Amino acid sequence: MKNTKKTDIVIIGGGIVGTAIARELAKYELDIVLLEQHPDLAMGTTKANSAILHAGFDAPEKSLKALLNVRGNELYRSLKDELDLELAVTGSLVVATNETEMKTLTELEQRGKNNGVAGLKIISRDQVLVREPNLSPDIVGALYAPTGGMMWPFTAALAFAENAIRNGVEVLTECPVTGIKVDNGKVVGVDTPQGFITANYVINAAGVHADDISRMASDDSFTITPRKGEYILFDKSVGSLVNTIIFPTPSKISKGILVSQTIHGNIFIGPNAANSSDKEDVATTTLGMKEIIAGARRLVPNLPLSSAITQFTGVRAVADSGDFVIRASTITQGLIQAAGIQSPGLTSAPAIAEMVAAILGNQGVNLTPKRSFNPINPPRVAFNQLDYAGKQAIIAKNPLHGRIICRCETVTEGEIVDAIHSPCGARTVDGIKRRLRPGAGRCQGGFCGPKITTILARELNIPITAVRKDTAESQMFYDKIPGGCEVTADV
Amino acid sequence: MYEQNFQVVIIGGGPAGLAAAVSASDNGAERVLVIERDRELGGILQQCIHNGFGLHRFKEELTGPGYAGRYIKMVQERSNITVLLDTMVLSVTENKTIVGVNPQDGIFQITAKAIIFAMGCRERTRGAIRTPGTRPAGVLTAGAAQRMVNMEGYLPGKKVVILGSGDIGLIMARRMALEGTRVEAVLEIMPYSNGLTRNVVQCLQDYNIPLYLAHTILKIHGKERITGVTCAKVDQNMKPIAGTEFYLECDCLLLSVGLIPENELSRELGIQIDGLTSGPIVDQLRQTNMAGFFAAGNVVHVHDLVDFVSEEGEIAGKYATAYAKSEIGAVNKVVAVTSADGVRTVVPQMINLHEGDTLPIRLYMRVGKTERNVKLAIMSGAQILLEKKLAVAKPGEMIVVEVPSDKLKTSDDKITVILKR
Ligand SMILES: Cc1cc2nc3c(=O)[nH]c(=O)nc-3n(C[C@H](O)[C@H](O)[C@H](O)COP(=O)(O)OP(=O)(O)OC[C@H]3O[C@@H](n4cnc5c(N)ncnc54)[C@H](O)[C@@H]3O)c2cc1C
Repeated sequence: MKNTKKTDIVIIGGGIVGTAIARELAKYELDIVLLEQHPDLAMGTTKANSAILHAGFDAPEKSLKALLNVRGNELYRSLKDELDLELAVTGSLVVATNETEMKTLTELEQRGKNNGVAGLKIISRDQVLVREPNLSPDIVGALYAPTGGMMWPFTAALAFAENAIRNGVEVLTECPVTGIKVDNGKVVGVDTPQGFITANYVINAAGVHADDISRMASDDSFTITPRKGEYILFDKSVGSLVNTIIFPTPSKISKGILVSQTIHGNIFIGPNAANSSDKEDVATTTLGMKEIIAGARRLVPNLPLSSAITQFTGVRAVADSGDFVIRASTITQGLIQAAGIQSPGLTSAPAIAEMVAAILGNQGVNLTPKRSFNPINPPRVAFNQLDYAGKQAIIAKNPLHGRIICRCETVTEGEIVDAIHSPCGARTVDGIKRRLRPGAGRCQGGFCGPKITTILARELNIPITAVRKDTAESQMFYDKIPGGCEVTADV
Repeated sequence: MYEQNFQVVIIGGGPAGLAAAVSASDNGAERVLVIERDRELGGILQQCIHNGFGLHRFKEELTGPGYAGRYIKMVQERSNITVLLDTMVLSVTENKTIVGVNPQDGIFQITAKAIIFAMGCRERTRGAIRTPGTRPAGVLTAGAAQRMVNMEGYLPGKKVVILGSGDIGLIMARRMALEGTRVEAVLEIMPYSNGLTRNVVQCLQDYNIPLYLAHTILKIHGKERITGVTCAKVDQNMKPIAGTEFYLECDCLLLSVGLIPENELSRELGIQIDGLTSGPIVDQLRQTNMAGFFAAGNVVHVHDLVDFVSEEGEIAGKYATAYAKSEIGAVNKVVAVTSADGVRTVVPQMINLHEGDTLPIRLYMRVGKTERNVKLAIMSGAQILLEKKLAVAKPGEMIVVEVPSDKLKTSDDKITVILKR
């Protein structure tokens, strides 16, 4: 028998939802373990989405989505400072290109008001074009939502996790839950390759796999259908194409293909929506690209396609009800569902976490506040945001900050080493990219990739051949084949 | 500690920067500085361990490090050249203050009388060509792979497909084959290779590596590591032809799909960029539209031979020095140089004629597609200033023509280079 571990609560899934729950529950005197199957947190849906802090006018009135979106949007305002989040409330626009769409905007405005969204207003064509001169001349007006914004989902999930760890939560990566043990209709623990973990409560935040997890505990009350959404990301050099977030007028099924700035000043277009049969299918497709390019052109006719730097796909976890599934299982005691968290899941995550805590309270879990709880994450120093004197000061402290590894995003070796050794440190090349953005710029890792590989090997004390790109088996390099021809340089 | 003044500061210590430094020194610059972000001088040459460098310049065939070594030695022999390694330039201002950073000195400022941009270029990526599919391990640019194989000593794969038949792609095909890796194929979307003919012969044909012209990759497969690619033939508009798809199994895909001059520093400064070369617009002295800012090498336009890069570095070094010493005479005529009818790019894009200019002016051109039995003509309005017969003109091979300066004295204010069929 492998190690066994005993805890009060197991959280399955290290996406934005699982990590936000971990951080919320860390406020109480509870033993908590968060389990993530991948080498890093935020590798599921949390890594590929629109990264928008939704205002909350889309979701049907009284749905969990509406309720938690508006609450989550509010909660992020204070979380931004506590957790040092990359988040900006920029306002967003939903634009209409004809009178029918204008009518939809009025309905949206009303729905938003009923959902409790503050400050919504319809603005005229001229007002839109003053803010966003590159939009299509066909635009007739827009719904402006001042509480809409942008965030950076990976670092948000990592910040939740880091704060949870600082407050006593244990996070295990490369630790997939392979079974849930139920005794007499009650959860008693989970099986993992790292051993059995005894727990009375299991919180299911497993994203697209939440129905599989639920079935492990004999609850098949919902199914998750994966629905793909593809994106194209553009270089910062075209970052002024739009100045904020531009949505088209939504259809019945989707918020549509948007054109938006990212919090780091890039531009993205997407997503489309295509049901899929494979939860792991994150391939981009020719068809998908065509669809999002056509969609985006309706908003911005002149797309700088030659400045595209990457494409990616996110998978929505769509529950059959269409709404979030957040409840105590009625079949298995001790199983709490946080499932079907499609958009606006990022925005809702902190509110979902509050709701899960309340459910645990109702289930009889003793929620005694932890006196030592510290809500603050020490701010990360981003070299490229410091002024001259600030840069001088941190290089004086650690000369590795004087070596720029990523020239596109100006990231130092010191920052990379810190990211590897932080509470839930980076273990992979993409893990470093998600934290600090080397490789997310225009060269896409062409220059810094080899250097980062070498730094990871050195800091983790592993051979180069063991350094992985992203997933568990994504090693990047082999040793040279013996007997291969050695060419020596004559200098 | 480096709050110092230099006459000429060169950003980038590759072949362009090194030649510029030597030339600045030889032309009488008193204090020359080369700033290089890598830990050694030589730039991309250090990872190009194959030979074929220096045939024009040194009349012998050297390896990349060998070629770089000659220039590094020349730099070291000149005591008025300072070199800062492991140093990144963060910004350059209009009044020629440079902010740099390195682990030893921290962040520092330097002022210059003249600045030469010699930052080279970067590789185009998968994202820029929007190849669909998954994003597994094993997909790299050819240059990054070259660095890992030649400098770090690791292999990116054991069964490789290469997309793009530019020189780096061709060289890497041979390099991987020499390492015992199976090179399944080189695919090229154009109906011709973008590389030098000698590289197609020596790197592919000599190793029986198939080259699929007018082909592209439709999809990348594999979840953790790449497992294969779906390929297809393309039509004249580079659109895939239905029914021609086939699958190649591989554990590595190398991309050699073009190079882009690295002009972030120059752009931020407001230097005018040529949309076709993606480099600064320069005159025959390699001066940009901003006085005292020069550029040379792949930062201006992508060269195929390092010998031309060195030549361009020398020009920039010489005239940056002249600028620093206020020795560039007044301009008495400006001639714009443009390309049309089959000629895609031309450098320099401007000719500023000065009092007493006698030297002929060399134009460096690339055509848009391969054409045979054509004449390259330099036109001033309807008048032909100069004509040159070409048996074959290929996009992969730079065309060089010398224009006597007296012809320009009488020409229009705009000359155009064209191909006449
Ligand atoms: C195209 C698209 C656009 C979106 N845009 C927005 C937006 O703009 N704004 C917004 O608010 N929301 C948006 N969303 C929604 C948001 O991205 C998701 O709601 C959110 O990321 C879901 O987080 P999660 O933690 O539930 O899931 P995930 O991030 O998928 O996390 C689940 C985790 O569980 C792990 N896991 C699964 N099975 C196991 C197991 N057996 N053992 C251990 N671990 C396991 C997974 O590896 C994964 O890390 C968008 C979603 C998509 C797809």
